[in-house]
Amino acid sequence: MSPTLNNISFDVKPGQLVALLGGSGSGKSTIANLISRFYDVTSGRITVDGTDIRDVTLNSLRKNVGISQQDIFLFSGTIRNNIAYGAVDADMQQIEAVAKAAQLHDFVQSLPDGYDTWVGERGLTLSGGEKQRLAIARTLLINPSILILDDSTSSVDAETEHLIRQALDKLIEGRTTFVITHRIPIIKSADLILMLDQGRIVETGKHNDLMAKEGLYYQIYQSQLMTDNNTEEDSERSK
Amino acid sequence: MFHGGGGFGGGGGGYHIHGALDSDEDDVLGKVYDRKVFSRIPKYLVPVKKWLALGAIGMITRSLAQLAQPALIAIAIDRFIQSGNLGGLNIIALALLGVAVLVWGGERISTLYLAYAGQSILYRMRTELFNHLHKLSLGFFDHNKVGKLMSRVQNDVNQLQEVLTQGVLNMLTSVLTLVGIIIVMMTMNAKLALLTFTVLPVLGIIVIIWQKYARRAFIRVRRAIAVVNDQLQEGISGVRVIQSLSREDVNIGQFDDVNKAHLDANINAVRLQALMMPTVQILTAVAYSLIIIYGGYQVLAGTMGIGILLGFILYIQRFFEPVIQLTMLYTQMQRAMASGARIFELLDVEPEIEDRPDAIELPPIKGEVKFNHLSFSYEPGVEVLHDIDLTINPGETVAIVGRTGAGKSSLMNLLGRLYEVNKGEIILDSYNINSVTQESLRQQIGIVPQDAFLFSGTIEDNIRYGYLEASREKVIEAAKTAGVHEAISRMEKNYDTPVGERGGNLSAGQRQLVCLARAILADPPIMILDEATSNVDTNTERIMQEALRRVAKGRTCIIIAHRLSTVTSADRIVTLDQGKIVEMGTHQELLAKRGLYYQMFETLSALEPEQ
Repeated sequence: MSPTLNNISFDVKPGQLVALLGGSGSGKSTIANLISRFYDVTSGRITVDGTDIRDVTLNSLRKNVGISQQDIFLFSGTIRNNIAYGAVDADMQQIEAVAKAAQLHDFVQSLPDGYDTWVGERGLTLSGGEKQRLAIARTLLINPSILILDDSTSSVDAETEHLIRQALDKLIEGRTTFVITHRIPIIKSADLILMLDQGRIVETGKHNDLMAKEGLYYQIYQSQLMTDNNTEEDSERSK
Repeated sequence: MFHGGGGFGGGGGGYHIHGALDSDEDDVLGKVYDRKVFSRIPKYLVPVKKWLALGAIGMITRSLAQLAQPALIAIAIDRFIQSGNLGGLNIIALALLGVAVLVWGGERISTLYLAYAGQSILYRMRTELFNHLHKLSLGFFDHNKVGKLMSRVQNDVNQLQEVLTQGVLNMLTSVLTLVGIIIVMMTMNAKLALLTFTVLPVLGIIVIIWQKYARRAFIRVRRAIAVVNDQLQEGISGVRVIQSLSREDVNIGQFDDVNKAHLDANINAVRLQALMMPTVQILTAVAYSLIIIYGGYQVLAGTMGIGILLGFILYIQRFFEPVIQLTMLYTQMQRAMASGARIFELLDVEPEIEDRPDAIELPPIKGEVKFNHLSFSYEPGVEVLHDIDLTINPGETVAIVGRTGAGKSSLMNLLGRLYEVNKGEIILDSYNINSVTQESLRQQIGIVPQDAFLFSGTIEDNIRYGYLEASREKVIEAAKTAGVHEAISRMEKNYDTPVGERGGNLSAGQRQLVCLARAILADPPIMILDEATSNVDTNTERIMQEALRRVAKGRTCIIIAHRLSTVTSADRIVTLDQGKIVEMGTHQELLAKRGLYYQMFETLSALEPEQ
């Protein structure tokens, strides 16, 4: 079997925003999993501030690496418990603060039991957008210096997405962030874009550099614009 | 069969607690005899009555044979040894051998046939439960934990089966043995027998007191293990989050607490159990002493043979065993009744949606969908859809848009009749969906849910899931239409590639395309898509958009849309807000209205690349 990732090398400065791009199965999620050491690299190494992540305890590594995954798992317990899941000692003020930053506070306030509302199995069913914001609040509370967002903006309506985006901006602030996304605005603001294809980095750089290259990134960017423009014209025509 | 293999993932929040099963794992010990449970048991016993009868014969044979042993020994001593009758002694020896053979045979037959009967009851009950679970409506599964349902199908069935076969017959033989011993003892020597029985009231009082504590102890054990299981389940399913939040230590600490509680409960129960057997042994010893003193005196006085004395001692040994068996059975029965109550409660859950007795097969339709003043609520009083009036023409592609919780998924769930309409009706061509069989309805509606669920098996198996007779060519054709053929061909084992439970080796985009292929394979006239395109990369999205265009050709397509490209290419857009249709029209018409759609579109456009 060919390796999922092949000879990946890149360097990220503190506080930078890195966008991971690539087709289905290109290895984006695998990179995310490796940074928080859910798996060990089979060759090569990953260093954080110069230290190989295998030289530090898993616990201390993960206290510094926050990860917001695609499928959000809620534990049976109250909303408060779920937000404070990674920081059990957090007080109510801290919890409310992160909930506000994650654009979740108003929603929670609107529930009859507020932060004591029971969620998870047999509890209140949260919508996809609410779950995502809860996960963002959860990650904010552990205040990690490295953040990994695995396409957290999936299938929600525009308004919710707007809320999530605002929450994300709060979350990204002042942290080294890796984001797996297909959203052009985020990608355009990234300090570094890693374009992956079949487990290899095929292009890296900023938006403008990659556009100038007229390579794979350029093609994808064009085609995404085209898809939207085409359909626009289609509907014009059908009218 | 649902081609999409699942309902909708999204859907607005709500408090869905009704419809949960009542009795919990917690109330483990109830009545010893529950008429409601008992009245339903014969149904399971009748088919295995032959095996049960054979098992009973085996057990009775064994008990009677065992009963004869001490009597034979007593006779050998008193009649033949003392009189030096060697011939008689031989006969007794032969008789003892014969009895041993009977014990062996009886034991073997009862073990064998009771196991047959037990396993066959187990098989029947599990089949029945599994079949029943498949008939239940989605609402039921919203409210009941998978773990609890599993426990009913596995543990409770086991518990009940054990009591139905072993337990009941054990009880019968225990009673039979007890009565037999009493009769034999009374005929051998009534005075001695009555003397032995004086121990019984003491034993009775001890057992009654012991039972009270034992019951509590057993309840504690069962509750503790239920908590342990809950924690285990959550710890395993949430392991990624737990690890990424470095919460292992907290959880390990919490688990340690509940695990310790379970340990304590068990130790407590063992302490009680360890009290019972020695107590019975002491009582046996007391009975021995009484017999030896009184019987020995009689033997010395010459009023009783020494064989009788020995026989009595042997009977006393056998006497307490069934007594203990019966006390144990008491608790076992209580547990079985609770298990039975839970099993039958589950079997009694009526599917909320059932075919009408006069339901007809839905003939092939053109694909007109009419929502006729439809209103719906999951909970009484909380309406999630109000007075929806909408006609979708055959072959039309309609995009449904709206905020989270607007009722989009609910509307689609109703069309697939996953829930029952409260008010109004849904008409396909000229057929009310309530007047046709669910099977024929769902054969003509393909669903592609937002969260793509794959079953363990190969990719081909997964595409063919709803349409088993499809040829490989058809499967490939569907995959091509869904735009996933190329990706599959690139895989080492292409269509034979196994997919795991979570579809781990496929990317999110590929999983969705496989689900799309699954729905396409059945070629339904109506296709419902809960769009999740914002979850996939640009390339996959383009593939999906092209696939959608192919899919939409010649069939009615309803798409819960999140993406600009989808809404703009739809024939018509329906905007839902708080369960009502607020706007309807083409993209341009709705933009011109400057209403909710316009607002949503603005937000959406701001997030997408410049036009």
